[in-house]
Amino acid sequence: MSRADSSAAAQPRNDNFQYLLRLGDDRLVLGHRLSEWCGHAPILEEDIALANIALDLVGEANLLLTLAANGEAGGRDADALAYTRDAIDYRNCLLVELPRGDFAVTVARQFLFSCHALAQSDALRQSANTDLSGIAGKMHKEARYHVRHSGDWMLRLGLGTDESHARLQAAVDDLWRYTGEMFLTDEVEQRLVAAKIAVDSSTLEDPWKTRVLDVLKQAGITTPEVVWMQRGGRMGRHTEHLGHLLAEMQVLQRQHPGATW
Amino acid sequence: MVSRAVSFTRAELMAVLDEVKDPEVPVLSVVELGVVRDVEVLDDGVRVTVTPTYSGCPAMAAIEHDIAHALRAHGVANVQVRTSYLPAWTTDWIPAAAREKLRAYGIAPPGPADHEAPVQIGRRRAAVRCPFCGSPHTQLRSEFGSTACKAIHVCDECRQPFEEFKAI
Repeated sequence: MSRADSSAAAQPRNDNFQYLLRLGDDRLVLGHRLSEWCGHAPILEEDIALANIALDLVGEANLLLTLAANGEAGGRDADALAYTRDAIDYRNCLLVELPRGDFAVTVARQFLFSCHALAQSDALRQSANTDLSGIAGKMHKEARYHVRHSGDWMLRLGLGTDESHARLQAAVDDLWRYTGEMFLTDEVEQRLVAAKIAVDSSTLEDPWKTRVLDVLKQAGITTPEVVWMQRGGRMGRHTEHLGHLLAEMQVLQRQHPGATW
Repeated sequence: MVSRAVSFTRAELMAVLDEVKDPEVPVLSVVELGVVRDVEVLDDGVRVTVTPTYSGCPAMAAIEHDIAHALRAHGVANVQVRTSYLPAWTTDWIPAAAREKLRAYGIAPPGPADHEAPVQIGRRRAAVRCPFCGSPHTQLRSEFGSTACKAIHVCDECRQPFEEFKAI
């Protein structure tokens, strides 16, 4: 972070800021990706469902990025964080920025992410940061029906036609290598874990796996074998896809800074 | 100078806010919905604490505006609207009388919210009673309706599609 302050007193503040960016950016980027389905989903009910879930995610991001901005010395607000940061300053995991793909890719990604979000928000309800624990309580309720919605679709596609099954298997195969990043922890997170503010991401992998593998099995989908998990998003090393997403999301504020309507 | 705000009691202010309807579910007030958590009389005005229903609820800005507008119309010059997320909003805060209003309006009221129960995938949810004919023979059509807080069902008896206020 270009704005990071290196003094010892500033470290907790920088850690908090980084951590809240990770939480907020995951939801902002995924919410934007999901919003791309608006008007394009396979059936009307699903169009409405995906748009509503996108709205939840962007709403959660707004709360988290507002909290991040409030704790930052820079005087930015949530809009400034969303609309004026470049890809290198985004801290989302790679999974959420990948193109939306076909409906199976969207369903699989939502399921893999939502199961993580459910375990994460559950734990964060105990955060010593009461602003964060309050937001986590809200996110946990929403993650519950996000998991239910995407999980139901995992079963429908996996147990549906040969075509839907093949597409879901291909989607899970493609996305699996991006799931490991959700469970990486680092010094920033560990310092906040010690302060009882953050949850250790590595502890979320077991509950995530239990649920995900169970649903894959029920859906008749083979769990992929992975030799290498992709990573880099938390450090600002993104796929080429994030830049394109931000170009579309940020174009108005980039061309007309501070514009409101 | 003493503001007019202090001439109102908390109960009187609540009564004013009970006139403010939810923009998406106009049969309920923001008080009945549980969005208004507290009203405090300050030295120089009034502070209202609200708890949003959903993180992305697009009606929240309108609700805050309507709350401030209603109080100003009653002569309260300085209105602060504060947002609180703890505890998280739940449909359990909607009282029985308000649930009956929902049903009479044609929206099935929410059942009890159990947000600690295990998340069930691929399970049929218990049928929601039709708010029109009272039949328990209904089917879920979509977990999402015209707003994030409602699901769409259809009644097998009276063939009427209806909305359900989802428990959360």
